[in-house]
Amino acid sequence: MKRKLTIALSGNPNAGKTTVFNAITGSRQHIANYPGVTVEKKFGTVRHRGREIEVVDLPGTYSLTAYSLEEIVAREFLVNEKPDLVVDIVDASNLDRNLYLAVQFMELGIPLIIALNMVDVAESRGIRVDAAELERLLGVPVVPMVARSKQGIEALLDKILETADNNPGWRPAVLSYGMDIDQGIARIEEIIEQSEVYDRKYPARWRALKCIEGDRQILDLLKKDPERGERIRSICAHTSKHIIDTLQDDPEGLVADHRYGYIAGITKKVVKRKIESRLNQSDKIDQVLTNRILGPVIMLVILYLIYLFTFTVSEGPVGWLEIAFARLKEAVAAILPEGPIQSLVVSGIIDGVGGVLGFVPLIMFMFFAIAIMEDSGYMARVAYMLDRILRWFGLHGNSVIALIVSGGISGGCAVPGCMATRTLRNPKERIATLLVVPFMNCGAKLPVYAVLIAAFFSGDKPRMMFLLTLLSWGFALFAAKAIRSTVLRGPKTPFVMELPPYRMPTLRGLVIHTWERTWQYIKKAGTVILGISILLWAMMSYPGLSEEKARQFQESRNAAMQDLLENPHIKGWIPEGEGIMELSGLYESFSRAAKEKDQRALARLRRSPLTALVEAAYFLETGHSTGRVPDPDLLRAAGSLVRFREEMRRLDALEQQAALQGSIAGRIGRKMEAVTGILGFDYRINVALIGGFAAKEVVISTLGTAYSLGEIGAAEGGSLSKRLREDPEWNPLVAFTFLVFIMLYVPCFVTVVSIRKESSWRWACFSIAFNLVAAYTVALLVYQVGRLLSLGTG
Amino acid sequence: MKKIIKMREMADNQEGIIAGVSARGEMGRRIREMGLVPHTPIQIRGRAPLKDPVAVRVRDFILTLRNNEADHIQVEVEVPDPPARG
Ligand SMILES: Nc1nc2c(ncn2[C@@H]2O[C@H](COP(=O)(O)OP(=O)(O)OP(=O)(O)O)[C@@H](O)[C@H]2O)c(=O)[nH]1
Ligand SMILES: [Mg+2]
Repeated sequence: MKRKLTIALSGNPNAGKTTVFNAITGSRQHIANYPGVTVEKKFGTVRHRGREIEVVDLPGTYSLTAYSLEEIVAREFLVNEKPDLVVDIVDASNLDRNLYLAVQFMELGIPLIIALNMVDVAESRGIRVDAAELERLLGVPVVPMVARSKQGIEALLDKILETADNNPGWRPAVLSYGMDIDQGIARIEEIIEQSEVYDRKYPARWRALKCIEGDRQILDLLKKDPERGERIRSICAHTSKHIIDTLQDDPEGLVADHRYGYIAGITKKVVKRKIESRLNQSDKIDQVLTNRILGPVIMLVILYLIYLFTFTVSEGPVGWLEIAFARLKEAVAAILPEGPIQSLVVSGIIDGVGGVLGFVPLIMFMFFAIAIMEDSGYMARVAYMLDRILRWFGLHGNSVIALIVSGGISGGCAVPGCMATRTLRNPKERIATLLVVPFMNCGAKLPVYAVLIAAFFSGDKPRMMFLLTLLSWGFALFAAKAIRSTVLRGPKTPFVMELPPYRMPTLRGLVIHTWERTWQYIKKAGTVILGISILLWAMMSYPGLSEEKARQFQESRNAAMQDLLENPHIKGWIPEGEGIMELSGLYESFSRAAKEKDQRALARLRRSPLTALVEAAYFLETGHSTGRVPDPDLLRAAGSLVRFREEMRRLDALEQQAALQGSIAGRIGRKMEAVTGILGFDYRINVALIGGFAAKEVVISTLGTAYSLGEIGAAEGGSLSKRLREDPEWNPLVAFTFLVFIMLYVPCFVTVVSIRKESSWRWACFSIAFNLVAAYTVALLVYQVGRLLSLGTG
Repeated sequence: MKKIIKMREMADNQEGIIAGVSARGEMGRRIREMGLVPHTPIQIRGRAPLKDPVAVRVRDFILTLRNNEADHIQVEVEVPDPPARG
C-alpha cells in the first residue's frame, strides 16, 4: 500500500473541477461559469483518514485527442506521471457529452472514478440519473455529488482511498467501432506489441486507435521505428480510404459516432426524465438577454451600469486613499530632514507606489462587476453576441473578455487581461488579442486622463471619457485587423462553444475572482513600480545642478532678499534680527491655520509682531480676509512681500527645471525632442512618457515633478491641471495628442512581462515596437491635422 | 414529410435530427466531440444579433457555432407540405 496517493481531476470544461478541487483541498483557485478557465495544472494536497492525497486540477477537455494544448497537457500528465487514479468530474445535467470523455479514460485504461457532479442542476431540470446503474453498466465507481455545496466530497474521498487500495492497475476497456476499424486496430496493436523499440507508456490498443484516428501519436511511432511505422501508416491509410469509399466518412468521425452510440445505449438506461418543460430557466433568460434586438441594447445598458457603478462606488475610497497618501507624505517630510533621502522617500517611493495603490478600489470594483458577468454566465453571451463583429477584425468572440478585463469599460488592468486570453485556443487569435489588449483604458491611464481633461476639456468630462473609450476600442479592433492580415495571417478557429447555463454567482467565487485579479495589479506596486520609481527618481534628480549654476541661483535669491530688506516700505515692519526665513515659515503656518479656520492657532500666531505683515500678504495673495483690515501702509509693505514671494517661487521653479534639464532623464528627454517635436511634446513630456513605461500611473507624478510643483504641493490634484493649463507649451491640441499617445504607446513593463509569459519574448518585444509605431503614427496625424485646422490653439 | 437540409438553413426554434456531419479535421472533431453526431436530436435556439453564430440545443446543453460551421451539418427536418414535383 502506497502511503501517498496522487489523483488527477479531469472533466469537461465548466463541469466543476476547480470547485471540487477547492472543496477537497480548501484552496482558492479561480472558478468561473465560463468554459476553459483552468489552463495550467494546479496542485494541492489533503489528508483524509490519515492518508496524504495529492490532487492535480487538470485543464478541462471534451476529449483526449491531441489537437489543443489543454488536451495534450492532460494526456501527457496521465501517461507520464501515472497518477494513482483519475477522478472524472461529470456534469449530471449534461450526461451524454460528459461521458464522451469518461469513455476515453476507460479506453486509456487508467483507474477511474466518476464524480457525478451538479446533481442539483439535473434534478431542477427534471433529469434523474441512476448512479448505481451507471456504475454497474460502465464498471466504474460513481459518486453523486453537489460540489458547490460540498455534498458528496467525503464520500468521494472515501471512494478514492477504497479504489486506490484495491490496486486496480490499468485495464483498457474495449469498444467496438465497426468491423473495418476494429480490424485495423487489431493489426496495428499486434505490430506495436511485437516491437521492442516502442515504449509502454500508452496501452498498445489505445495507440493503435489513435493512429486510426489520425492523431500525432502516429508520428511518434514513425520516428522511433521507421520500418514498422511505415507498415502502421499504410494500414491507417488503407482503413481510411476504405471507410471514405464505403461510408462517406472518415475514421475519426466514425469513432466518435460509435462512442456516442455506446453512450446513448447507457444513458437510455440510467437517465429518467420527468416530462420536461420545453424551456428551462436558462432558456427563458436567454430569450430576453440574447434576443436579436433587445440583446445588444441590454448589453450596452449593462456595460454602462457597470461603468457607473464602478466609478460612483469607488469615488469615496479613492479619495480617502489619496488623502491618506498625502498625509503620509507630510508626515514623512516632517520626520526626515530635507535632502536626498526625503526626496527619495517622498517623490520616489510614496508618489510612485501611492499612485498605483490609490486606484486599487476602482480596479477592485471593476473586477467585481466583471466577475459577476463571468460567474453568472452572461460573459459567454457577450462573446456569442459579439463574435460576428470581432471575427471581422480577425479576433474571436472570446477575445472580448480579455479586452473588458484590460479596461474595455474604462478601468481594469492589462495584466489579468493577458491571462484572460487563455480561453482562446487558436494561437494566432490569442496573440493578436494579447497585442491589442494594452490599448484599452486601464485603471492606470485614468488619472492621466483625469488631469488632462480637467485642464483642457473641463466642461466635457463624461463626453471625453466616452470618446476615449470608443477610440481605444476602435484602435484595438483595427490594429487587430492589421495584425491578422499581415504578421498573423491565418484561418479563423471554429466557434464551437458551450453556452453555460445561467448560475447564481456565489459570494466566495466572486471574492476569489475579484481578489485574484486585483492582487496582480497591487503586486506590481510592490515590486516593479517600487524599483522603477526609485530609478526614475534618481534619473530625474542626478547629476543635479552644477555648483556654478547652483551658486547663481543662490546669488539671485540673496539679491532678492536684500532688495526686500532694503525696501523702504517694509523696513519698519521687520524688526532687526528677524530673518526672512522666519517670515516664510510664519506665512506657511498662517495660511494653513487660515485655511482650516483654526481660530486658536490664528490667535497664537498673532502674538508675533510679524504676523500683521503676513496676514496682509495673505489677504493680498488669496483675497480672503481673516478679520483684520490692514491699513494702506501695511498693505504697501505686504505688496512688496508678495512680490518677493513670487520672485522666490519663480527662482525655485527655474532651478528645478534647470536641474531636470541637466539630469539624466532630462537629457534623454531633450534628445527625444528630435522625434517628438512634431507631436508637440517637449522634454518634460518625454520624461513623463519614459516614466510611463514603468507604469502609466507614473506619468502624472513625473509630470508633477517636471512642472516643478515642489514635492509636497503635488498632492493637491487640481494644481497640476492648473499648471498645465497656464503653461505656454500646452494647449488642447497638445493635450489631446498626448491623451491619444498615452492610450496607445508601449504597454507598461508588467504587461510586457505578462505578454511574454503568455507568448514569447519575441512577441513581447514586437508588442512594444508595434504599440510605439501605432501611437506615433496616430499622434502625428492628430497633431498635424489638428494644427492644419488650427484646432485647440485659439 | 422529411427532408435533409443544412443546419444553416433551419429556422429559429426548428427541430431536427442530425443526418450527417461532413466536416473533417479539427472542425469535424470539435463538432463531433460536442455531441453533434448522426441521430442526435437538435433544436435551433436562436441567432446572434448579426445572424451569426447560431445557438443550438444539443442533448442537454446549448452550443454555439458559426454559420460556416453549421454548413457542414446535415439535419433531417419535418416539412409540412411536400414540395411540388415536376
Ligand atoms: N449548481 C451547481 N453549480 C456548480 C456545482 N459545481 C460547480 N458549480 C458551478 O459551475 C461553474 C463552473 O465551475 P468550475 O469549478 O470553474 O469548473 P471547471 O470544471 O473548473 O471549469 P474550467 O476550469 O473552465 O474547465 C461555477 O459557476 C461553479 O460555481 C454544483 O455541484 N452545483
Ligand atoms: Mg477550472
